[in-house]
Amino acid sequence: MVIGLIDYGMGNLRSVLNALDRLGVAGRVVGEGDQLAGVDKALLPGVGAFGDGMRELRERGFTEALPAYVADGRPLLGICLGMQLLGTVSHEHGEHSGLDLIPGVVRQIETDPTLRIPHVGWNELAVERPSRLLDGLDDPPMFYFVHSYELKPDDPAALTGTTDYGRPLTATVEHGTAYGVQFHPEKSQRCGLRVLENFLAL
Amino acid sequence: MLKTRLIPCLLLKNGLLVRSEEFTFHQIVGNPISQVDRFSSWAVDELIYIDITREGEYDMRRDDHKVKVKRDILDIIEDISRSCFMPLTFGGGIRTLEEIRARLAHGADKVTINTMAYEHPEFITDAARLFGSQAIVVSVDVRRQAKGEWEVYTRWGRRATGRSVQSWVQEAERRGAGEIFLNSIDRDGTGTGYDLELVKTVTQATKIPVIACGGVGKFAHLAEGALLAGASAVCAANIFHYTEHSTIRAKKVLLQAGVDVRP
Repeated sequence: MVIGLIDYGMGNLRSVLNALDRLGVAGRVVGEGDQLAGVDKALLPGVGAFGDGMRELRERGFTEALPAYVADGRPLLGICLGMQLLGTVSHEHGEHSGLDLIPGVVRQIETDPTLRIPHVGWNELAVERPSRLLDGLDDPPMFYFVHSYELKPDDPAALTGTTDYGRPLTATVEHGTAYGVQFHPEKSQRCGLRVLENFLAL
Repeated sequence: MLKTRLIPCLLLKNGLLVRSEEFTFHQIVGNPISQVDRFSSWAVDELIYIDITREGEYDMRRDDHKVKVKRDILDIIEDISRSCFMPLTFGGGIRTLEEIRARLAHGADKVTINTMAYEHPEFITDAARLFGSQAIVVSVDVRRQAKGEWEVYTRWGRRATGRSVQSWVQEAERRGAGEIFLNSIDRDGTGTGYDLELVKTVTQATKIPVIACGGVGKFAHLAEGALLAGASAVCAANIFHYTEHSTIRAKKVLLQAGVDVRP
């Protein structure tokens, strides 16, 4: 099984590679869309701004290759910005089209104005719908988040998990074989490694 | 809800862990890698490493520096990130975007910047634009002034800036800082607790998360930082350097005091 790690210049691949390594899997760094051909499961990590992320994906041929990859029934896991890029459109610094693999809109977190933005730190995950990605977690499961924007899926059935920050924020989504987690599984100790292990076992 | 974070701060000097008093005296306490193995299996939420190595400068009080370990900071970051699946922050002496890039590429998630941020505030903006605000923690060292104000110091706490802490953290936020790492120079190494008025002043002055540091001598001080002063994360250095003071016990004290932490 080939695990592809998508490199589009938006963040720290090493942490994800380290986590895969801990799970006994060697990730293959994939820097261009057509290199997805031999990949069985792909991870799309990333931090930074949405518009930059889409531009970098486009320049490397991923905006065409990733929808084709998912249409093929192969699993894709977006992490943090990588999850938001799966949406249809983002309102982060302007309006930007996303990959539209999980139809939905990305907006700045709207919550109790006394709460600090970004939402940074460990928070509990509330599982909203059964998902193989979320099997066998600690009770309560806790993950490390750092984000100022949130993907709201159009179809409520795509929302598998939320986290409470004044109100429930989107934490995990899935639609077909496209999966997304807003938190950083590679930075969330045992719970995070379990999510990655579940993804590898899909 | 979001948990208050417990963050040990580890000081590195010439590749070794040291403890610090009033930013001046440094005593070697161990190896950075074996320490992180302990923290990974403990209840720690995040780690901050500050490299205080300064070329050509030595402590007056000890001569441990005969033991020169010329390990590159990037090698240390790489080793730590391989075994440590939690957010890792590295700082100390960072002056260029390239230095930030190298640290992130070797496994750091965030960097702290201090003197460079203060002297060239546009550096915060450039760094945040390139790496995202979430990766840019602005470190602020302050001393209490006689009149009950707090003045920002740079250059390892040696240069007074004449600027109030409120004014500087507000600018840092506006320039793109993702978090504030707040250190009280007066309390460093004293064990007398956080300067709670200072922490409260800063948490009220900014909307971004504030990591309180400096002065923790017992675990109850950590709880005060969160409950009385509104810190998003409570940080301490020296108290975790001795094995008998475990982070697990610190978490227990925080929970008993009513602080919402990850157990």
